[in-house]
Parts: sequence; structure tokens; C-alpha cells
Amino acid sequence: MTNQDSDQITTPPDGRAMSEQPRWRQDFPIDWPQDEYLTRREFIKFLLLTSAAFTAGQFWFLVRQLLEQQESPSSQVIARVEDIPVGGSLVFKYPADSPARLLVRVDEETFVAYEQQCTHLTCPVIPHVEVGELHCPCHEGVFDLLTGRPLSGPPRRPLARVTLAIQDGDVVATGIEKRTV
Amino acid sequence: MKRKSRFARSQRMTIATGILFLVVVVIILQLWLFTATMNAFLGGDRAILWPAAIASLVCLGLNVGLLWYLYGLEK
Repeated sequence: MTNQDSDQITTPPDGRAMSEQPRWRQDFPIDWPQDEYLTRREFIKFLLLTSAAFTAGQFWFLVRQLLEQQESPSSQVIARVEDIPVGGSLVFKYPADSPARLLVRVDEETFVAYEQQCTHLTCPVIPHVEVGELHCPCHEGVFDLLTGRPLSGPPRRPLARVTLAIQDGDVVATGIEKRTV
Repeated sequence: MKRKSRFARSQRMTIATGILFLVVVVIILQLWLFTATMNAFLGGDRAILWPAAIASLVCLGLNVGLLWYLYGLEK
């Protein structure tokens, strides 16, 4: 040990002299500081994989965006106005191969339509027209019926809104409006 | 003949610890960026995607640079 470079002197993890170390440690001495250094360096290397995974995830969003760049769906008749009573609702699909959406008649004049999946964990929401809310029974999420915005519970994003028009006594879906606030 | 590092081993250990701390901070930043981007993406806000991807790439580059520097210390 004495003729070694002072920088290379190894010390056991507990800091005691080698003669005081347990037998197994005396039998298999290693360069502990170097071992600790390499362990840390390898851990940093491993963390780089995590960093790369996050970056790959960001680019995955871009790929999804490029794949989904398509024109908005064309208009679609959902129901006749007289088929939905005030306070009534109807589950429909717009466009045809999409997740379920929910049409609710709030009063004589007002219809609203949203994606039926809760923005928390995609459970179907249930309209409670009498209190002006959409309720998600899975985790007690509550959305405002008129705006689709979250009022309480875990959801943080509003429900995607289906824009509507009344044409010749028909309720017509004209587009989908996703929102973050 | 092997060239001796300009830093003592104990100094390299301190530098490695500092770099580890920086890398962890950058990764936490990337995690935040990822969740914010996912929220925007699911909410239909596509304007944020390119800037977020570039920012995440810069973070990855920073981490790679720090590891590169650490390897450089051992030469």
C-alpha cells in the first residue's frame, strides 16, 4: 500500500482499517472507491435511457399527429328534435367508427353533445340534467352540462364537444372540438 | 503509457455526484414536459408538440454531453 499513488489508496466502505474488516472482506478486497465511482457512472448511463425514452415519447406524439392529420368529419344527422324529450339523452357515434358520444337535450331550445368518455380514465359519463351536470361514476368526476368543463373530482380536461346545428327538425353534428381548458 | 487524469479520484467522485444530480433534475423536467404535452395532445392542442419535442431533445443532448464529459475525465 505504501508505494501506491495516494490517489489510488482504497478504503473499505465503513472506513475502518483493513485488519479490522470481516474475513470475507479481507479475502476478497476490491477497490471500493473505484467501485462506487463506476456504479454511479453506470447509473447515470442508465438514466440516459430514461431521458431517451421521454424524448422518444415526445416524438411519438408528433408521429401520431402526422398520422391523424385528416379533415374534420362531415356533418351527420343524429336524431330528430322531437325524438329527444327535454332532459333526455342519446348515445351516438360520430363519425361512425369513433368512441361513443352523448347528446343531451337541456331545454326546449338547447342541445349539447360531448364525447361520452371521462377525460380521467375514459369511463362513460352519465347526464344529470336536473342539476346541470355530467357525472362519472367511476371516480366521482363531475362536468358542467352546458360547457363540458370539469367541476370536481379527478378529471382536469373538459370533455371533447361535438358542435351541433338544428336543420329542418334534425339535430346535426357538424364537428368535434377538443379542448384543454 | 497511460496518461493520468487531471482530477484526483475523490474529485472525480464529487464531479460524478454533481453530474448525477444534474441529470436527475433534467429528467424530472422531461417528465413534466411529457405530461404537459400529453395533456395538450389529448386536448387537441397540437401547437405545442414541436417545441416540446425539441426541448426534450435538447435535454437529452445535455444529458449525453454530461456523460460524455464524465467519460472524458477518465482519459
